[in-house]
Amino acid sequence: MSGLLFLIPIAVVMGLGALVAFVWALRSGQYEDLQGASERILDEDDPSAAQRRPR
Amino acid sequence: MSCCDIGAYLAMHSEASVETDNDALEALSRKLADGSRQLEFAVPDAHCAACIRSIETGLAALPQVELARVNLTKRRVRIVYDSSRGAPSDFTRTITASGYHNYVLDGTGDDSSDPVLGELIRALAVSGFAAGNIMLFSVSVWSGAADATRDLFHWVSALIALPAIVYAGSIFFRSAWRALRVGKTNMDVPISIGVILASGLSLFETFRSAEHAYFDATTTLLFFLLIGRTLDHLMRERARNAIVNLARLQPRGAMRVLEDGRREYVRLEEISPGTRLELKAGERLPVDGMVMTGGAVFDYSIVTGETKSHPLAVGEVAIAGAMNLDGPIQVRAERVSADSYLARMAAMMEAAEAAKTRPRRIADRAAAIYAPVVHTLAAATFLGWLVYTGDWHTALINAVAVLIITCPCALALAVPIAHVVAAGRLFERGILMKDGAALERAAEIDSVAFDKTGTLTIGRPRLVDDGGAPADLRATAAALAFVSGHPLSRALVEAFGPVQPFSGEAREVAGQGIEGKLGNETWRLGNALWCGAKAGSGDLTTVWLSRNGAPVACFGFEDIIRADARAAVAQLRALNLPVRLLSGDADLVVRAVQAAAGIGEARSGLQPEDKVADVERGKTMMIGDGINDAPALRAAHVSMAPTTAADIGRSAADFVFTGDKLDAVPFVVGMARRSAAIVRQNLVLAIGYNAVAVPLAISGQVTPLIAAIAMSSSSLLVVANALRLRFALGGGKTSRRSAVAVRLKEQSA
Repeated sequence: MSGLLFLIPIAVVMGLGALVAFVWALRSGQYEDLQGASERILDEDDPSAAQRRPR
Repeated sequence: MSCCDIGAYLAMHSEASVETDNDALEALSRKLADGSRQLEFAVPDAHCAACIRSIETGLAALPQVELARVNLTKRRVRIVYDSSRGAPSDFTRTITASGYHNYVLDGTGDDSSDPVLGELIRALAVSGFAAGNIMLFSVSVWSGAADATRDLFHWVSALIALPAIVYAGSIFFRSAWRALRVGKTNMDVPISIGVILASGLSLFETFRSAEHAYFDATTTLLFFLLIGRTLDHLMRERARNAIVNLARLQPRGAMRVLEDGRREYVRLEEISPGTRLELKAGERLPVDGMVMTGGAVFDYSIVTGETKSHPLAVGEVAIAGAMNLDGPIQVRAERVSADSYLARMAAMMEAAEAAKTRPRRIADRAAAIYAPVVHTLAAATFLGWLVYTGDWHTALINAVAVLIITCPCALALAVPIAHVVAAGRLFERGILMKDGAALERAAEIDSVAFDKTGTLTIGRPRLVDDGGAPADLRATAAALAFVSGHPLSRALVEAFGPVQPFSGEAREVAGQGIEGKLGNETWRLGNALWCGAKAGSGDLTTVWLSRNGAPVACFGFEDIIRADARAAVAQLRALNLPVRLLSGDADLVVRAVQAAAGIGEARSGLQPEDKVADVERGKTMMIGDGINDAPALRAAHVSMAPTTAADIGRSAADFVFTGDKLDAVPFVVGMARRSAAIVRQNLVLAIGYNAVAVPLAISGQVTPLIAAIAMSSSSLLVVANALRLRFALGGGKTSRRSAVAVRLKEQSA
């Protein structure tokens, strides 16, 4: 019974962590282009590194 | 990359658009906070990793580009650039050179971000989190946790569930409240009542340290319902995106000629009567306009369906949508865009719309029956138990169980999931759908009507007779034609390319053709008289090539029928659909196309009104592209248009297909019928589930465990059934997978 006292908070905090991670992923635009993301892994060189150039 | 190699030079010459102009592009770009500008282009043909790479690397090589990113879901490319380092017109050229059609999108309007979708997804995440975590505790309770432990679990569940229900449920509560306030009821009313009663009762039970609490069922319910709601929204959003992409295909403005002779780009809505406009060859007239300069020849094929070109003298009025065939001309705008010929067609479209009652969507019909039935059942359960046992607590628990068990999870998923999957399949084939209701209607049609020009035919002239000209003459003709944007010149380049630019000096002569000087030779490519030949009387449109005034070659052109028109018509007939041809063109031309496509019935010389009257008999699917087709497209039970169609035609049609192939039509019908079958099966599954579960709930047998299992399994079953559509009609996932394998092999080699 005493185990529950820390197991429950751990479970809930882990769940909350997942929720926060999802909202972060959503905000940072990772769900903008799911189809594109699945195709981009086939590209050998990393395009996001190559494209951004200093002005 | 072989999979998307369309032929860069071809694409470069197949679209002449005002929007390649720097001023025009600059006007459509959006200024970002750091001073750079952003432009978005629609790239409807992009579909794979190689497409992404060729577009992005091509653009990244330009000095002014800071960031170029393709969004494959929306089929768009976003470019952030520094306008001080180079012109934006390079973008159009670069994307075209990579082999992709592209159209600039108006970025000056509001942002493309979608607040409703964000809200739905956040609510979905919160309810998913709550449902998952509460289920952890519920499993322990079902496994036999008792007394203080069970109470503790119930309290923790309540702590997670209540805020989540308030947050995620508010979407349903607000919608239900809006309906109730105006004295109506919708699907969200029973959902809200069920959720609120169930959470209130569970809280009360938790206070009493009772055995059963429904927090898990309530949150799971919200989770499933939100999945359905989100899918439905995504579906509409995708359709809206498709329409936004399409809206930019047509010229949205024109070049205005100022008093001092300078040129300036004006948007369509800024054109007022009296504005002097300049049209290059191959451009379309944005509004009705009076011809100001001589030698104007217009192509009316997209306006009226006629293939014959119309020469207009100074002072005559040309109709909006007509294409200027010869060198640059000037016209004076006669009317604003809101009341030209287009407006008459728009009025007819509205009349057609008002005259017909669209069948209501299946989901709406189901919802209309659903709410009263559920309320009656729950009330009857409550009263029945109250009379039978005299215990209001038991009566309330059982009534709430009925509300939970009948909650339309499967029903809410049954239709949207099938439509989303079908729309995805159509999208892969380059077919855009406006909304799910169109798919339902496409499954009900009993005949198909085609327009001729631009629908059964390509809608552009193609070289059909090169008069046996030797290779060197063909190359010279193509080199000269390369200079001009005239449709016949483009057809010549298309037929003889790839071309070397003309090595001497070449210029376009308005109303005549192209003249080139090379050494002491003068070459001319143009009409018969100008080239010193006798005007022919054949059926074909001809262009002559002359050297020093002597005609040396003659080329014949014709608007040819689409390659797979006959096959598509045969496929439709195999689907048990009679096909007919409705055209505004002359009888002789119509008969020829009718025979070539193997169509049984054909009517020619039709006015827009006649087409409307024709498609209104029975449930017809209309496929057309012209401005004159727009009212019929709207009046028909369901309609399709190619992307090359006039703006008004595309917005009137329910489906828009890209590419040159007509087999999109039988594909849509096949897909619609399959998805209608899936929707019916899903509804039967959902009703069957209720038929089993509701008597259990009424008799008081439903514990939270049973409710959770029944709800989840029925929802999953419906989703799994809809996913079968992905594998229907061949291809789908498997072909995609093998394409990936091929690409991986290419890259490792």
